[in-house]
Amino acid sequence: MLDRVLTGSRRYWAWMGFLSLIIGLGVASYLYQFNYGLGITGLSRDVSWGLYIGQLTFFVGVAASAVMLVIPYYLHDYKKFGKIVILGEFLAIAAVTVCILFIFVDLGQPTRIMNVMLHPTPNSILFWDATVLNGYLFLNLVIGWATLSADYKGGRPPKWVKPLIYLSIPWAISIHTVTAFLYAGLPGRHFWLTAILAARFLASAFAGGPALLIVLALIVRKVSKFDPGTEAIQTLGKIVTYAMFLNVFFLGLELFTAFYSQIPGHTHPFKYLYVGLEGHSKLVPMMWISSILAIGSLAVLLNPKFRKNEAVLAVACISLFISLWIDKGFGLIVGGFVPNPFEGVTEYWPTLPEFLIACGVWAIGLLVLTALYKVAISVREETADVELEH
Amino acid sequence: MSIDRRDFIKIAGITALSGAGGFSVLDKMLGEGLIEASETATEATSKKRWGMVIDVSKFKTEEDYKKVIEACHRTHNVPDLGNPKDEIKWIWTDTFEHTFPGQETDYMAESMKHKPFLMLCNHCEKPPCVRVCPTKATFKRPDGIVMMDYHRCIGCRFCMAACPFGARSFNWKDPRPALKSVNAEYPTRTKGVVEKCNFCADRIDKGLLPACVEASNGAMLFGDLNDPDSEVRKALGSHYAIRRKNELGTRPSVYYIIGGKENA
Repeated sequence: MLDRVLTGSRRYWAWMGFLSLIIGLGVASYLYQFNYGLGITGLSRDVSWGLYIGQLTFFVGVAASAVMLVIPYYLHDYKKFGKIVILGEFLAIAAVTVCILFIFVDLGQPTRIMNVMLHPTPNSILFWDATVLNGYLFLNLVIGWATLSADYKGGRPPKWVKPLIYLSIPWAISIHTVTAFLYAGLPGRHFWLTAILAARFLASAFAGGPALLIVLALIVRKVSKFDPGTEAIQTLGKIVTYAMFLNVFFLGLELFTAFYSQIPGHTHPFKYLYVGLEGHSKLVPMMWISSILAIGSLAVLLNPKFRKNEAVLAVACISLFISLWIDKGFGLIVGGFVPNPFEGVTEYWPTLPEFLIACGVWAIGLLVLTALYKVAISVREETADVELEH
Repeated sequence: MSIDRRDFIKIAGITALSGAGGFSVLDKMLGEGLIEASETATEATSKKRWGMVIDVSKFKTEEDYKKVIEACHRTHNVPDLGNPKDEIKWIWTDTFEHTFPGQETDYMAESMKHKPFLMLCNHCEKPPCVRVCPTKATFKRPDGIVMMDYHRCIGCRFCMAACPFGARSFNWKDPRPALKSVNAEYPTRTKGVVEKCNFCADRIDKGLLPACVEASNGAMLFGDLNDPDSEVRKALGSHYAIRRKNELGTRPSVYYIIGGKENA
């Protein structure tokens, strides 16, 4: 099955070559960071996490969102998801890969990464985050591969896969809950110290992940003979709409608590992000772009007439994805560090090498995704008229 | 039905042994008194808990602060990197408003408003930095000092996000070229690790006072907070003192006597 990765059209190889080029740039930038230290980033004593950790957080959500396909298909026997569920599982694998790489590039002493396992520390949420992410990667690799190779060989997947599939459901919830707990349990970081953070994370994940999947499914249909299914895509659109509505609602709850109580510590990060604080407003334009895209895409998605038009649906999903990418992949982390523990404002903006390293990680993610999708598409094309049995 | 204290303790004891077993496991997991009946200091007689009292009224000139900061930074090979982005500091000063956020008032005396206050690691009794560290590179000694193992630190900076006091610095690049002179008694650091004040644990273990305290001419006191006869306890018993961000419950070991003797 894996050999399908090595055969492809000229377009396929051009795409893989392009990704390899970006990866090369990323690796070169990373070597620079490895030699000099994290001082090449825009990070500082006051804003000590930035783009890398933001992207880790965002892509944990993308990974967790595979559960939005697994639940309907395996728990509710929603047959329409039969063909697309593999795309969700493989997306999860690529997303977790991206997460682990973003943790890695953020470390000051990457060669000591095994210390996390050599000196296991259960009171540290980061220990649990590493554990659940690796577990989730393993689960999706095994499940995705076992089910797809069963289709390939034209039979049922082995019996032991089912319990793993059921386990992957709470496991998906756990990866994003644990990621939220990285932030939500820190005293003195008002922006993150909120019980709704994990719920908000899950809501945004279940909107952003499936939105990306819709776009990917439409691309897959365009570039191959495999059709993930019009109805499946429409159902995903509904899932995106509900989850995005919840996400915006949860953000509204945060705003109410902060601004009705008027407790300065609670309002400051929101003021910094949306209007600027003490004359510092570097993130304001981005946050408004995010808000406008969120409201705009939600307005479109809420109307079934628009949603049923796949071109409109695609545009709405891309807008929604960018909105969440800004909000969660960037603003959420920086906002937690502003103001600093001394009520001062230090701003952060990624540097070029930092951005290139991030590009390298995204490209690795896309490369993994393309390779996995290539396998899935090839198998689906070969077994197009066979009814799935799992 | 009335219940006297004796019965209550009996019932509480049995409950603790049976039903609350789960909590004690959680308590152990968190490695610190999560389920503590009261938030008052534990008066363990045998156990030491090092603490510091800073009498701010005794700091009068800029020179008084400089002496203290330089003594620390020289002793511990803390580099002056010359820009706020890379800044590393173990002890430093800032205004009242920035040291005690939320405690300032509109009509504070100008002298207090503009007075510098020393800040350093609080060596919290319940340190969030220790709680979050994924490798135990930062840990609490039995005598309450929160320490760093520079060789185990992976540089994830979770501790920096967790510390509500901004006490931690990160080596964004190799700090050694910026050192004017090196104190061979204390290690220099490499890039990619976190560092902070260690209450001069190495000096204390030799029976010396922390370098800053020694240089402070009596403006800073250091001693065992668990010993009622120690200098720090006597000072705290006879003066009004505050701690930074008391409301967060981390229980800092660094106290500030704000008004000086005459205002106590």
